Amino acid sequence: MIDLQGVTKAFGNNHVLRGVDLTIERGTSMVIIGGSGTGKSVLLKCILGLVAPDAGTITLEGTDVTKTDRDAFLARFGMLFQGAALFDSLPVWQNVAFRLLQGRDRLPKPEARDRAIEKLRRVGLKADVADRLPAELSGGMQKRVGLARAIAADPEIIFFDEPTTGLDPIMAGVINELIREIVTEMGATAMTITHDMTSVRAISDRVAMLHDGVIQWTGPVSQLDSSGDPYVAQFISGSAEGPIEAVR
Amino acid sequence: MTLLAPLGALGRATLALLAMVGRVALFALSALSHMLRPPFYGREFGAALMNVGWLSLPVVGLTAIFTGGALALQIYSGGARFSAEAVVPQIVAIGIVRELGPVLVGLMIAARVTSSIAAEIATMKVTEQIDALVTLSTDPMKYLVAPRVLAALIVVPLLVAVGDVIGIFGGYAVATGTLGFNAAAYLKNTVDFLEPLDIISSLVKGCAFGGLAALMGCYFGMTSGRGAQGVGRATKGSVEAAAILILAANFLLTGAFFSL
Repeated sequence: MIDLQGVTKAFGNNHVLRGVDLTIERGTSMVIIGGSGTGKSVLLKCILGLVAPDAGTITLEGTDVTKTDRDAFLARFGMLFQGAALFDSLPVWQNVAFRLLQGRDRLPKPEARDRAIEKLRRVGLKADVADRLPAELSGGMQKRVGLARAIAADPEIIFFDEPTTGLDPIMAGVINELIREIVTEMGATAMTITHDMTSVRAISDRVAMLHDGVIQWTGPVSQLDSSGDPYVAQFISGSAEGPIEAVR
Repeated sequence: MTLLAPLGALGRATLALLAMVGRVALFALSALSHMLRPPFYGREFGAALMNVGWLSLPVVGLTAIFTGGALALQIYSGGARFSAEAVVPQIVAIGIVRELGPVLVGLMIAARVTSSIAAEIATMKVTEQIDALVTLSTDPMKYLVAPRVLAALIVVPLLVAVGDVIGIFGGYAVATGTLGFNAAAYLKNTVDFLEPLDIISSLVKGCAFGGLAALMGCYFGMTSGRGAQGVGRATKGSVEAAAILILAANFLLTGAFFSL
């Protein structure tokens, strides 16, 4: 279980997070929605320790994430970045198997390569992409390689940062289906950041809306359309009229 | 208040400069400590050796040979004013080995390697590849910075040695080809005149300049701002800083070796 209490973060005078309280139960798929620039990515990076929060606590299974062994903590996570963030200088299979090739328990190269190809197949890519460089792949393929890398070490928790941004609707649907299938079959806890409502409905068990630095509403996806929250209602309808200012 | 405004601006600029010096010093110490502690990334180190060393050889060689040749012509024509044309081998040797070899190699490395390191790491930062490394339990200081700085510390003195030899050869080729020097006498004068301290100073300078060049590339890359503009600023800033630090370090090292 991931628990956030009173998490705040400011960059200069820009108070991005103003006291975020959020609980993500083990094995559930939580999707954080909210407009651009509302701090969704910052929130996710705070949990991973990529950004240090100014105040508040973040616990994983009851242990403060700032007081735990960092390598052991990160070994439980997989992350799909918004732009896939593949390492340009490495071939696809080494990107996917990156974690498996590091550390004390690293696998021999042939075994790591086999595992990478298996994960590539899992995300619908053929083995022949394994030796290509990321720059030779389309955006959708890069995203799938990023997804394969996120699941390569069978993590307990997977973060997805804008998994469908920049993809055509069909590829976005493929990625959404893959995420849902993988999270279900691995039994992983998932946290996804998106403002793509199709993704929200395809991926989530629960939804939280981040607005103005706080969690405005949280609940099961089945209640999203009947939340009664004006912010959520405006967001899911995509209306310019409502409490969320259209010009930010 | 208005009269004090320039002083305030000067103070702010001084404080900003000192803060940057502090940040760079801490970064250098961190890089050094990561070089000494495992894990070590052999593949990254090998790639850095290749990029900093082997692939810099053409530019270093061409710079050195033209500089050596031009130096021989200058010394010959300058020396002719007081009948000292015969000192061409000695002055070319000392000029190349003590000063021009290490400084020109250092500046070429700043232009070629510092810029490429800064641009590569800054792009990795902008495209979240650095964040991805962290989430994959890999310390960017160990994986990106330490191998590059260590490779430069090792390989740039070797490049300087190669540059020294080629520079002297450039002077030799011009002197024996167009200025009428005897080939054997030229080489004998060169070898007899150079002292071990000349060569040691050249290699020490190479080591220092290589370290500074790689460090600046890594520092500006790791602290790059967002977007294409951030990458551009990081690249430009890294080359400026590396060039100035190399020239300043050259002055200090020359003083330390030869003014006693």
